Amino acid sequence: MPAVRLTKPWLPLDAARPKLGGQLGVFQLADEDDQILYIGYAGGNSLFGLRSAVAEAASENPGATKVRVEITSAYLSRYRELLMVYKADFKQLPPNNADIKIGTLSPS
Amino acid sequence: MDLNLTHEQELIVNMVRRFVREEILPLELNLDPDADEIDTEDKARLVEKTKSMGLYGLDIPPEYGGPEIDLVTRTLLAIEMSQHRAGLYAPCYGTFGGAGLAQLFEATDDQKERYLYPTLRGEKRGFFGLSEPSGGSDPARAIQTKAIQDGEDWIINGSKLWISGADKANFGLVFARTDRDKGRNGVTCFIVDTDTPGFHVRRVVHTLRSAHYATELQFTDMRIPSSNILGEVNKGFAIANDRLTRQRIPYAAGCIGVAIKANEMALEYVPQRETFGAPLSSRQAIQWMLVDNEIDIKQSMWITLEAAHKANQGLPFRKEAAMAKLVASEAGGRVVDRCMQMFGGLGVAKDLPFERWFREMRIRRIGEGPSEVQRHIIARELLGASLR
Repeated sequence: MPAVRLTKPWLPLDAARPKLGGQLGVFQLADEDDQILYIGYAGGNSLFGLRSAVAEAASENPGATKVRVEITSAYLSRYRELLMVYKADFKQLPPNNADIKIGTLSPS
Repeated sequence: MDLNLTHEQELIVNMVRRFVREEILPLELNLDPDADEIDTEDKARLVEKTKSMGLYGLDIPPEYGGPEIDLVTRTLLAIEMSQHRAGLYAPCYGTFGGAGLAQLFEATDDQKERYLYPTLRGEKRGFFGLSEPSGGSDPARAIQTKAIQDGEDWIINGSKLWISGADKANFGLVFARTDRDKGRNGVTCFIVDTDTPGFHVRRVVHTLRSAHYATELQFTDMRIPSSNILGEVNKGFAIANDRLTRQRIPYAAGCIGVAIKANEMALEYVPQRETFGAPLSSRQAIQWMLVDNEIDIKQSMWITLEAAHKANQGLPFRKEAAMAKLVASEAGGRVVDRCMQMFGGLGVAKDLPFERWFREMRIRRIGEGPSEVQRHIIARELLGASLR
């Protein structure tokens, strides 16, 4: 069974950004205390995949200092899954995510 | 069967064709290539249009407020409605509405009040919970979720897999074994509210479809009242089976629509694209691909329309529906594959819809009963009891 939560290690945002590739996938931005501020994805319309999507999100989330990414072609369903898992854990969406309609998950 | 469209059918088909080309295709230019939803404002605007066209709630019976459309016309519309990037699994992004779970039309008056009417008003959403980790192709025998009677209630324990929309649903139809010795005659359909204690959506199941996911459900000592049994105890498989048979016709129609659109794009492209000093369309290899596409599309179309025609007439159509699903899903895959080949590198890029259709069309050979099960159904109909 695949991991429901994103378990990749946190990386320093500034150092990681130039090394990110152009693949499609999902990412999370966090503050110094590893608190998730924003969950995003690099979709088929992104100009340079994760690299450009993370750069854009970083500019809109000035408090973010860490990032972790997961490369996946199922970026939309994985993005929604990560939002649902976050909501299951914290009863709300990440502070910098817009309020969108998502389903309810009760991961074990 | 009359192979000509009636004047009324032509009018409706052309109206929907224009709707797809003028309203849906332009929207898709700004959507993620894998998107299966449009903005709320766009959806509300387009729903008003389909309502003004008299085509909202296509699958709702007229006595419940739906338009009076026969199954052949409905099939023709399904073919049109799927001719865009998201068309296979999100035809016109749901702007023609849906009937929800058709089984609820057979519910008791009390159940209709609690589930059917709120669904038709868009206040509630349901899911269909049949397949389990133990298998989906042979649900009558694979169902291991158990329901045990306890006074006026039933206690349900078990799990379901490949269930669409359960995470956003208010209720669902859950099929559970109520008599372990009776095979397909020991399955009952329960209407389950998703806020019932013991109901859990455990995880998202990612597939080739990026936007749409399935879910895995777990039921732990879920207490459901007898008043929430749909139909009769131990008669649930007939409810499931009827749905599976009927669903195969629009399922086939979606495959045909995408194949038509893919082929149309190829027909526009190959005269323009030159290789080695001549347009692709002058190459016999390309011409034969287009010929094979045309044959695949026509065969699928007539077999599917024949199934719809028989269903319309109230004649047995299990074999025809299985043939339609089998032929259209396999032919649709071949057509999209050939079109990708003609487009070369562009064909596999997300700039064009072929790669999405290729992934999603592959699922069509498995969803709603894989090709092998369809062949089994057809063989059983041909050979009758001797095959059992």
